[in-house]
Amino acid sequence: MTNTTRQDTRAGQHRRDESCSPARPSRWRLVPPGGFPTEHDSPLRRVRTALAVAAGRLATGASRKLRLGSGGIIGGRVALALQPDLLDELVAGKHVVVVTGTNGKTTTTHMVAEALRAGGRSVSNATGANMLDGHVAALMGDPGADRAALEVDELHLAQVTERFAPTAILLLNLSRDQLDRVGEIRTVEASLRAALSRAPRTRVVANADDPNIVSAAADHPEVTWVSGGCRWKHDALNCPRCGAFLHREDTDWYCTCGLRRPHPDWTVGTTELIGPDGLREELSLPLPGQVNRVNATFAVAAASVLGIPVRQAVDRVRALRQAHGRYEQVLLAGHSVRLLLAKNPASWLEMLDLVAENERPLVLVVNSREADGYDVSWLWDIDFERLAGRTVVVAGERALDLAVRLRYAEVPCEVASAGVSQALRWASSHGGNDEPVEVIANYTAFRDLFSKRQRP
Amino acid sequence: MTESTVRIALVVPDLLGTYGDRGNALVLAQRLRWRGYAAEIVTVLSSDTTLPESCEIYLLGGGEDVAQQAAVDFLARGDGLHRAVASGAVVLGVCGGLQVLGTAFTTGDGRTRSGLGLVDITTEPGERRAIGELSTRGELAGVGTLSGFENHLGRSRLGEHTRPLGTVLHGTGNGTGGTEGAVSGRVVCTYLHGPALARNPELADVLLSWAVGERLSPLPEFPELTELRERRLRVRS
Repeated sequence: MTNTTRQDTRAGQHRRDESCSPARPSRWRLVPPGGFPTEHDSPLRRVRTALAVAAGRLATGASRKLRLGSGGIIGGRVALALQPDLLDELVAGKHVVVVTGTNGKTTTTHMVAEALRAGGRSVSNATGANMLDGHVAALMGDPGADRAALEVDELHLAQVTERFAPTAILLLNLSRDQLDRVGEIRTVEASLRAALSRAPRTRVVANADDPNIVSAAADHPEVTWVSGGCRWKHDALNCPRCGAFLHREDTDWYCTCGLRRPHPDWTVGTTELIGPDGLREELSLPLPGQVNRVNATFAVAAASVLGIPVRQAVDRVRALRQAHGRYEQVLLAGHSVRLLLAKNPASWLEMLDLVAENERPLVLVVNSREADGYDVSWLWDIDFERLAGRTVVVAGERALDLAVRLRYAEVPCEVASAGVSQALRWASSHGGNDEPVEVIANYTAFRDLFSKRQRP
Repeated sequence: MTESTVRIALVVPDLLGTYGDRGNALVLAQRLRWRGYAAEIVTVLSSDTTLPESCEIYLLGGGEDVAQQAAVDFLARGDGLHRAVASGAVVLGVCGGLQVLGTAFTTGDGRTRSGLGLVDITTEPGERRAIGELSTRGELAGVGTLSGFENHLGRSRLGEHTRPLGTVLHGTGNGTGGTEGAVSGRVVCTYLHGPALARNPELADVLLSWAVGERLSPLPEFPELTELRERRLRVRS
């Protein structure tokens, strides 16, 4: 049992429904004569919930002891088998902030959880277990916490709002990501839109610069818009609503059908964030790049929905130095590295921006397991041409695909066929003294490296 | 060697270009440049008024149903692609591009739409998507085994006088009679999706030799490409 959070989502719709339907009867469920009482606050129900939570936490603990992972998913599954309505019970009376989108979910969820702690006890699915079992596991971790930050897979937001109305929903961005799994962006956008329509009183915090997100959120009555730019535009050249080519002027965009960029409530600058009512707050973070300033602004906007003062939220977010390994400087096989996750063209673009700030040797690792998508055609959507002149080593199951891509980009590279350790040895020997090697890896490659890390 | 620039049109990548399709333009341009030809990639967006007719090569990628129809509408508007083909241009249609170039295609909603009719091939939805590695024995002179990835619902039937691009060794391809893709004059279609030419340099060079009108000098072997092809051809899923 592992915490491969994306893995389950890779399967077809059928299996997704099957494994996540909370109403699915379990074979070994004990049904008392006459069935369970249905009253919401019946003593039996409370006992059952308490039992489910106890059993789930036991399973989590056992899984951790046996070093099978952080135990979140198995614990959540055990508890859900005993009490299928557990999520409803656990969120009752809590402020829940839900985070979804193609990129930045895990990091932003970390930031939201951190910001919410300014107001009291908070929980989050910080390991990125972003479906029902992961949510239940996170909430069980501290049933007394009155706030939660939950990362949700973009195709599963609909299941969340079917069960409860979060206090806030954060919609970060939408771009192409494993077409053989997620399907087309139109499908995801339609699913998000349907999910929001079931939560009309939830505060939605959404990206004003991403036309796909605007299309999903524009009809919702309670939207706070965040603007921080949008580097990857290739999935939003045409209107998500009508298909016409979007007109663009600087940061503004609009369509003849009426869909247009909303006026932002929060704007992310290079050194500060500008909030409602002329509020300005300096924003410099240990986490690198504009992409993280945008993530942080989403977190601050969410925290202010829950009444947390902006300055306090910013201070909390500023304390974060990594998010489940993302951007973390670690030791791998004795070499100092900075770990960067990039799993689709949009996130590769952001990570290549980051590594362009230095000249350190670069190790690129690409796998193509179920959780990554079996197809690596997307490598050709990335401008590797900009790595010209850089020392590059490629590794992973699809190292050769990368090497061919780099050949055509005229970026000479070494192929580390013996794996990442070999790549790191080679890269380290070509780098400056004491400078960490930059490692950009896609999903399962990143996860494997993260699990092997030693802290410096 | 020629002084003139070979122009490669990347046709409506905003509509047909879901997954790395622009890779084919990069591959063709580089294989020309490495041989001393000048090459230029001309990106034609659906916001442009017309398709330029003076390019030597036109590339159409894959797209969603709605986008595919919009691409047909754009290309049917000026008839520029027909005129370019009539004057000898080379066309490569990948996945959705195959269906757009064909006679007719039926989309997921059951509606049958006319394609551009540059190749006699018709497409209907299959029972389920064909997703996975695809390999074929090439039917064009100079093209051996073709290797790539497919991800499509459509099943395509060749007209009586239309040749396939390849015969399926592994995978689905057209899904009819063991055929894959289609060739009609200098118009080539395939379900090897996305950057199909990256893994198939022989096919790239056949298209290029048609475009420049002469035999091309060989390029040195790229060991990583040779090994990649060997490995992918062994994959059976």
